[in-house]
Amino acid sequence: MDEEFNPKIIAFCCNWCSYAGADLAGVSRFQYPPNIRIIRVMCSGRVDLSFVIEALRQGADGVLVTGCHPNDCHYIDGNKSAALRAEFFTEFLEEIGIEPERFRLEWIAGSEGEKFARVINKMVEDVRALGPIRSDDK
Amino acid sequence: MAMPNAELKDNGGGTEPKIGVFVCHCGTNIGGVVDCEKVAKAASTIEGVAVSKDLKYACSDLGQDEIQKAIKEEGLNRIVVASCSPRLHEFTFRNCVEEAGLNPYFMIMVNLREQCSWVHMKEPEDATAKASDLIRMGVERSKLLSSLSPREVAVEPTCLVIGAGIAGIQAALDVAQKGFKTYLVEKEPSIGGHMAQLDKTFPTGDCAICILAPKMVEASRQKNLEILAYSEVVDIDGYVGNFNVKVRMKPRYVDEEKCVGCGVCTEKCPVKVPNEFDVGFGMRKAIYVPFPQAVPLKYTIDAENCRQLQGKKCGACAKACINDAIDYEQQPRDLDLKVGTIIIATGFDTYIPMKKGVYSYWESENVITAMELERLINAAGPTGGHLIRPSDKTEPKRIAFIQCVGSRNHKLGIQHCSRVCCMYAMKNAQIIKEHDPETDIAIYYNDIRAFGKGFEELYHRIRMDYGVEFIRGRPARLTTDPETGNITIRAEETLLAKITERDFDLVVLSVGLLPSQGTMPIQKMLSLPTSPDGFLQELHPKLRPIETAIDGVFICGCAQGPKDIPDSVAQAKATASEASTLMIRSKHVVEPLTASINDELCVGCGLCTDVCPYGAIELQDKDGQIKAVVTEALCHGCGTCAAACPQRAIDQLQFSNRQIMSEISAALSHEKAAGGE
Repeated sequence: MDEEFNPKIIAFCCNWCSYAGADLAGVSRFQYPPNIRIIRVMCSGRVDLSFVIEALRQGADGVLVTGCHPNDCHYIDGNKSAALRAEFFTEFLEEIGIEPERFRLEWIAGSEGEKFARVINKMVEDVRALGPIRSDDK
Repeated sequence: MAMPNAELKDNGGGTEPKIGVFVCHCGTNIGGVVDCEKVAKAASTIEGVAVSKDLKYACSDLGQDEIQKAIKEEGLNRIVVASCSPRLHEFTFRNCVEEAGLNPYFMIMVNLREQCSWVHMKEPEDATAKASDLIRMGVERSKLLSSLSPREVAVEPTCLVIGAGIAGIQAALDVAQKGFKTYLVEKEPSIGGHMAQLDKTFPTGDCAICILAPKMVEASRQKNLEILAYSEVVDIDGYVGNFNVKVRMKPRYVDEEKCVGCGVCTEKCPVKVPNEFDVGFGMRKAIYVPFPQAVPLKYTIDAENCRQLQGKKCGACAKACINDAIDYEQQPRDLDLKVGTIIIATGFDTYIPMKKGVYSYWESENVITAMELERLINAAGPTGGHLIRPSDKTEPKRIAFIQCVGSRNHKLGIQHCSRVCCMYAMKNAQIIKEHDPETDIAIYYNDIRAFGKGFEELYHRIRMDYGVEFIRGRPARLTTDPETGNITIRAEETLLAKITERDFDLVVLSVGLLPSQGTMPIQKMLSLPTSPDGFLQELHPKLRPIETAIDGVFICGCAQGPKDIPDSVAQAKATASEASTLMIRSKHVVEPLTASINDELCVGCGLCTDVCPYGAIELQDKDGQIKAVVTEALCHGCGTCAAACPQRAIDQLQFSNRQIMSEISAALSHEKAAGGE
């Protein structure tokens, strides 16, 4: 197994800020590795923890949840719910012995195409360094 | 309010999904990176896919015809369009499938351009593999789509325009003229905005106030148009067609009904303070109108400087007023408005060099900003249009303009071009030359941007006929002679490849345009997105330039980005047209995204009521059992409740748990196969 480990990352993007940020990254031609699969939701608050668990169980090496910056949520404070769940979820991952770095919550505005690309680049790099989730962890 | 429920119909009449996949090349935008043919072929093997084709341009007439033909001929009941972002063309393709007789919500888009080909330009193979994955996700999700009917909401036929510069005035006039009740809110005592401060306008040399004042008067006399000057919007909630707005009317300490604007009070007022309208150069009294053409022509007491209101003995204005209009006891008053549409025209602030050392603005009296110059050459300004320099009140004979101050400056973090500075500098140089042809004028510039109608012609005239000198180069240092107040500019003249030092009597900084302070609270209230330059972001940079992410909210003028007067007026008219269209229709179609609750699963725990940002969910007694109930009109469709529900009793239209799960599984189908799940 000399081949470089190519992680697969599932990213949930809220329609109003981070999905728009991802679009802007494209419009601006900011490049990032093709390891992510974006799932659009209306708000980061829509992301149910079971989605994250299911993604990891089915073979994702990392999960990224992105939303509007605090106080900029299109739905007043849906992102606050996302932040609370993320905190809980990070603890949960540690508890079950999965590196918490495999899960990440980031605030990305519609104007932050550059940040979107940066976050993806960093996350892919970090998860690549972690390697695959060990099967006894699953 | 009666509102038709979004119907959740069956999954296509119980028939098996018959899916059509259309992969768009978008010319070379997608096709230049992703092997669209290969991707379409791969998609044809997915279970349920009946038709899979690649199209040169899916959104073109030909492309749409192809999709419609396939729906009719092959009896397709699900359509996956793999092209650009749904934020761009979802509407286009929904219409397309609807015309072919399919419920529009049976169409979904897969983003192969913004989120694939454009971000993986150097990895065509990986991008092609990713595109296949993305399409698989779309296909699997499409199987779980349902037929939906959008909700309609009534639109209150009333418009709120925030900000009364030229853009806001024009927008408000246009909406009111179409017969809709319009409120025009302005935080300053008078409407008019920055345009009222300017001397002449480029490139034609029209006097700004002479063309603006009649519009201001027209606004004050326009039927249906109510000006709320010296007022601020303090709260907005609600949604398209039904915004609840709180406007706070600040106390003028003058009864607007009684004040006739005679000005006797201001003559008697003993307090003199610098006039903000003259950017500090002229003086005004503590009871004042900012400028003679003010609308409404009602006096205002500046409480901070009024002796009476500061607890000292005075009352001179009250004694002088023959109409008994002075009211020292006046309090702020809140107005609650219900409006259907909102136009934001909150304008710009000019850049003020805050840091010491930026072109010696704070160190030298004879370094002024362009806005200060406007007042000094304005016939209605503090000097009656006679240009003198601040330090010794003499006429400057050698004047330099420095361009791009607070624009196109990466060090300051201000990247954008302010679009008006080249032209206003030329216009002001022309005015100064007309007053005194002997004045020597040099303009230090980086690039001259003379792109509008008549701009290049002015640029030519100002060099050839007026002899204004253009020096290419950003000045490195300004030093002021403490004796004379003269300024030496050291700069690299890049066209000569020479470093020069030249002396000037007056230096004018051509300051850029920034998002206004007044925009921020409105942006927060509505959670409106901004672009990287900080200005309010339009929904689409080309095709929806005045709409925003919030339905029913429109932007015009410099709130959207720096622009000149004609562009502001054109945008204002566009917003008025859009807002009016919405109000004429009297109904607005709202995306069916609402939450729905499965009563059988709901245990009435109330977690959903805690997380709902809109208070749209309530616990109610249903036949003796406590159940959560969604008020559809209040639900905005964020889906936070669905994620919070421990019973999975809540689902969201278009983003159901099953749909999202199907995307996850499809995205990871290779991993599952490899890992032997």
